[in-house]
Amino acid sequence: MKTIGLIILRSLRQHLLSTTITALSIALAGGLLMSVWVVKVQSQTTFTQVNTGFDAVLGARGSKLQLVLNAIFHLEASPGNLAYSDYEFIRRHPAVKLAIPIAVGDNLRGYRIVGTVPELFSDVEYVPGRKFTFATGTLFNPAAKEAVLGNFVARKLGLHTGDTFHPFHGLIYDEKNQHAESYLVTGILAPSNTPADKVIWIPLHGLQTMTGHDPRAATDVSAVLIQLRSPTAGFMLDMMYNKQGNRLTFAYPIGAIMAELFNKIGWFDQVLTLISYLVALVSAGGVLVAIYNSMAARRRDIAILRALGARRRTIFSAILLEAAAIGLLGMIAAFAAYAVILAGVATVIRNQTGVLLNTWAYNPVMLWAPLGMIALCALGGLLPAWKAYRTDIADNLAPVS
Amino acid sequence: MGAAVRPNAGPMSLLSISALQKSFRTPEGERKTIVDVPAFTLAAGQQLALRGESGSGKTTFLHLIAGILAADSGSILIDGRDMATLGESGRDRLRAESSGYIFQTFNLLQGYSVLENVMLGMAFGAGSDRAHATAMLERVGLSHRLKHYPRQLSTGQQQRVAVARALANHPKLVLADEPTGNLDHRNARESLALIRETCRENGAALLLVSHDPGVLASFEAVQDFSALNRADQEAAR
Repeated sequence: MKTIGLIILRSLRQHLLSTTITALSIALAGGLLMSVWVVKVQSQTTFTQVNTGFDAVLGARGSKLQLVLNAIFHLEASPGNLAYSDYEFIRRHPAVKLAIPIAVGDNLRGYRIVGTVPELFSDVEYVPGRKFTFATGTLFNPAAKEAVLGNFVARKLGLHTGDTFHPFHGLIYDEKNQHAESYLVTGILAPSNTPADKVIWIPLHGLQTMTGHDPRAATDVSAVLIQLRSPTAGFMLDMMYNKQGNRLTFAYPIGAIMAELFNKIGWFDQVLTLISYLVALVSAGGVLVAIYNSMAARRRDIAILRALGARRRTIFSAILLEAAAIGLLGMIAAFAAYAVILAGVATVIRNQTGVLLNTWAYNPVMLWAPLGMIALCALGGLLPAWKAYRTDIADNLAPVS
Repeated sequence: MGAAVRPNAGPMSLLSISALQKSFRTPEGERKTIVDVPAFTLAAGQQLALRGESGSGKTTFLHLIAGILAADSGSILIDGRDMATLGESGRDRLRAESSGYIFQTFNLLQGYSVLENVMLGMAFGAGSDRAHATAMLERVGLSHRLKHYPRQLSTGQQQRVAVARALANHPKLVLADEPTGNLDHRNARESLALIRETCRENGAALLLVSHDPGVLASFEAVQDFSALNRADQEAAR
């Protein structure tokens, strides 16, 4: 085995350029395969679990998915408003434990300004056992023009406690649409790795009564975030609002609605996965081509080793293991490629949603992808190994006297 | 001065060949016998030179003895084991265990260091022994070149590595095929002396084939390969 190891090492070194190029292509293929898989699994797991501490969302009649994306993830446009009395009704409903109203419609340089009530910060555990805390400063005064910034948006905008800003009208930034009001930053939230990190929170009343907003909607809210007393209450309210009523939409359960989104884009996952499988296959084919093309140069060495007493099966094993070794080297580098790809993807997702993917959480793909790739490379080494196996000693030990 | 002598046959024979035949198919599709040796023996520790012209079948003869080629018929007894009746794997094992081969072009592995080349000469037999490989290289005057690669050595030094590799596995029989064919006169003389001395020191028999009169003249025992090989005699008629 020591001798086979030496033969493999020397062969890899003798064909350093092709070894490096082939290993790099495997690294890219392996990195891509693992990234696609982990992003798929992690985003599905994370986004179906992120509910920022709520069970359901009540909003204007429309798509449940749009309602959840708007109220929980702070993406998409609001499907419309609901009257304050609708909020009051659901807040007092015996099946509801907590109801937090939110109002949207303004932004600060593209980041959403959301109006809400102080209970969001005092009563809600955004994940079990964790409430929002402040990195600096304190909560806004609900009667004043004050704001609390999510950690991500504060960093992006370079705002600190004590700074002031003017909101802009609409969800899309347009410098011509600046509101006259000035808001004072009273606190920056500690990172929560939830969509709340990319939101600028102001008092509900402040957003409702911002200059330029329709005074007729001054008491309306965009959505109500709801904690239920029991899961059965959710189905009861679903029946009441969605089946019996036709004015409002009750989005419940949030996880299932997000899972529907992933089901809808499942074909895209499949295409990405298929592409990464194909790239992996092509890379393994690269091992075959690289070793096979070097067989002419290797024949003399093989004949010499055989003349020294090496068995055919020793040569066969050496070539097969060399192919596997290229796969192994490639897959070691694949983790670096994976880290780079995932860091990029996680940053994009963080910027867009505020959600942080746990990129280094163990996923079985980190085991089966390297093993599978190494096996595939070894398979690619079969043909050259067979050719090496059949190398004739006498024909390749010139000259003959 | 070399004189044509018949090697001694007898119970002390290390190598004993009888009725050995090997033929190849020509491009025209006919079978042509290259080696047809009715009898040949070499005693343990004996040093014998075979004289023969290019294309006379000397290399094929050595390849048959080394088990690199399989014989069509006959027997090749090396230390009591018949190379001719063994399967390929058995021939590989017997070759690795009992013989060393010095090639005209040395056939060193270019991607391996001098020390690794010699260690590989042992690897498929009793196993690599770094200390012994180093000692062998010291014996041939290359202790300062252990980590060098063949391309970094002169032709004469490469030949010495080949000698060290052939003898590294304590072979009972060393086969040398025109070992000085690629060397200048001075290097050839020194190299030949080294091969003979190291074989003697290691108790290995030496069967050397050459057409160089200078080489042949230095051997006490020389045999004409054409006299030994009936196929060669047929071709000459």
